[in-house]
Amino acid sequence: MRYLLTEEQKMIVEICRKIVEDRIIPVRAEFDEKRIFPTDIIKEIGKSDLFRLFVPEKYGGMGTGIFEVCLATEELSRGDLSVATSYAASGLGFIPIILMGSEEQKEKYLPQLASGEKLAAFGLTEADAGSDVSAIRTTAVKDGDFYILNGTKQWITNGGEADIYTIFAKTDPEKGARGVSALIVEKGTNGFEFGKKEDKLGIRASTTRELIFNNCKIPKENLISREGMGFVIVMRTFDQSRPAVGAQGVGVAQAALEEALNYSKIRTQFGTSISSFQAIQHMLADMATSVEAARSLVYYTAKVIDSGEKDVSRLSAMSKLFASDMAMKVTVDAVQILGGYGFMKDYPVEKMMRDAKITQIYEGTNQIQRNIIALDLIKKGFN
Amino acid sequence: MIEKIRIIVCIKQVPAVMEIKINPETNTLIREGIENIINPFDTYAIEEGVRLKARLIALKDNSFDVEVIAISMGPPQSVEILREAISLGIDSGVLVSDRAFAGSDTWATAYTLSKAIKKIEGWKIIILGKQTLDGDTGQVGPELAHILNIPFIGYASKITEISRNKMVIKRLMEDRYETFEVRLPAAISVGKDINIPGIPSLRGKMKSRSAEIPVWGNEYLGMEAKECGLNGSYTQVIKIFTPEHKHETLMLSGTPDEQVSEIYSKLKELNLI
Repeated sequence: MRYLLTEEQKMIVEICRKIVEDRIIPVRAEFDEKRIFPTDIIKEIGKSDLFRLFVPEKYGGMGTGIFEVCLATEELSRGDLSVATSYAASGLGFIPIILMGSEEQKEKYLPQLASGEKLAAFGLTEADAGSDVSAIRTTAVKDGDFYILNGTKQWITNGGEADIYTIFAKTDPEKGARGVSALIVEKGTNGFEFGKKEDKLGIRASTTRELIFNNCKIPKENLISREGMGFVIVMRTFDQSRPAVGAQGVGVAQAALEEALNYSKIRTQFGTSISSFQAIQHMLADMATSVEAARSLVYYTAKVIDSGEKDVSRLSAMSKLFASDMAMKVTVDAVQILGGYGFMKDYPVEKMMRDAKITQIYEGTNQIQRNIIALDLIKKGFN
Repeated sequence: MIEKIRIIVCIKQVPAVMEIKINPETNTLIREGIENIINPFDTYAIEEGVRLKARLIALKDNSFDVEVIAISMGPPQSVEILREAISLGIDSGVLVSDRAFAGSDTWATAYTLSKAIKKIEGWKIIILGKQTLDGDTGQVGPELAHILNIPFIGYASKITEISRNKMVIKRLMEDRYETFEVRLPAAISVGKDINIPGIPSLRGKMKSRSAEIPVWGNEYLGMEAKECGLNGSYTQVIKIFTPEHKHETLMLSGTPDEQVSEIYSKLKELNLI
């Protein structure tokens, strides 16, 4: 092992590799083609305790840091980014409860999410609001002991599959981003329905759906923190979750690199393996170097977060930005090394390339990451 | 009082080889550089034990509690497969190991295992893999059941019903399905059709690392010298040999298409087509 991992961390890697080898690789092409949600694989991930990692021990978790979550996410992403996305999106859905939920909310929801018995989802994006959180149109109007939720969320990962949703809605439409609040909404609540299932370029086995709220009554106990804290909750959640998107990039790029490397050694042209050509060698060298650089940044960021440092937005954004851009480049290059075969569905690299693209878009586009980094840099400089 | 129902899973450590090589001079297995694993069929037995426990617990009967125990008879390093079994959901492990047990044939093995199982209170279900990768006899299960005087159902394909007193077992024969209802205690052997072995869990792995695994030798089991090991064995292996291959065999691998084109070019090369 290149990195100094503890026994527990090595176990996480071993478990994930076993899941990838035994459960994911045999079905990933079919699941991608037919858009099959990997229900059994997610159950297996739950049984293996991987959803427990970041959840505090008090609520049925294992109380590890973000670093362990990144290790698991990276390894699962080597197998399939759809599976890794479904896994990480549940975490994204329950991190707000861990960070800012009440004791009652934690006791009620975290144990069943930690065991993997139930999945969570994070409902922020709308047709006209993604990068711009203040443009959210979904409203939550206080009515006695309830909030009445109305509006439509778009492109919600794990939509329909998840049981617990963290939904961001305006409790005070006048106030822009400061008028956004976060509510826990359970599947099956009256007035909560699912819209169309999206047909995507990549991560096709993960589910991406609309969430439709029509006079949906949510008990006021389901408000996370206070009214108006939604934007803060989004930002704090993303600070913790973005390194895992970076880890997805590292995992999918590592997988593509391994495919390209193996292929280059067996593919013969002009009477010799293509790995003996300097053009290919330099591509492989650049790919391997950039995977390693991204991995270092992701691991470093996770370690900084786990050390208890609070001011992590810049680093967290950097890890997501760098690793996802790297993943796109490396997977494109892997397709190039495989040439015509790389373009065919018989080989896994075209799927890796399609899958990698989303890591530059979700959890804040890479343009938004650059905004965060630049503004933080200008405001704080280097301490 | 709460009854403790114990499910016993018998597992064996075997060399992880596709083809067993034998030293022609000593007639023993060549073990150098070969990794040891849980006998593949025993991984299905482990999984079934874990699942039966979950099914018994799901009955929500407060009058009993369930524990799954893995037992392995073998050299001290067999402790590793017991740890692996714990990582897969088994509650605890017992290693049956003593120099006096060396050279046991299937009968002596079954007899020794029966002695160990009798030391465990509340044993009700015994699960074994249908055969081992190395010995390949499939005899220990039925012999063990015979010695313990309990029913034995070999090659179980499915446990359709389970309660504290009985099991209904379905098995696939060449031309038919057979269904048996057996009273517990009973023993079964299982093959690949019964389940899909699980993936270790993180908590299981951590528990397995620190789990105390008792080693039961003959001092504890109390057998007479003539009952165990080589002396207790009715059969003896006189000669083991690697059959000489008179013809060279070429094994093809890859997708069916690749195999077809490979065989085609080979036949062509030999001027056979």
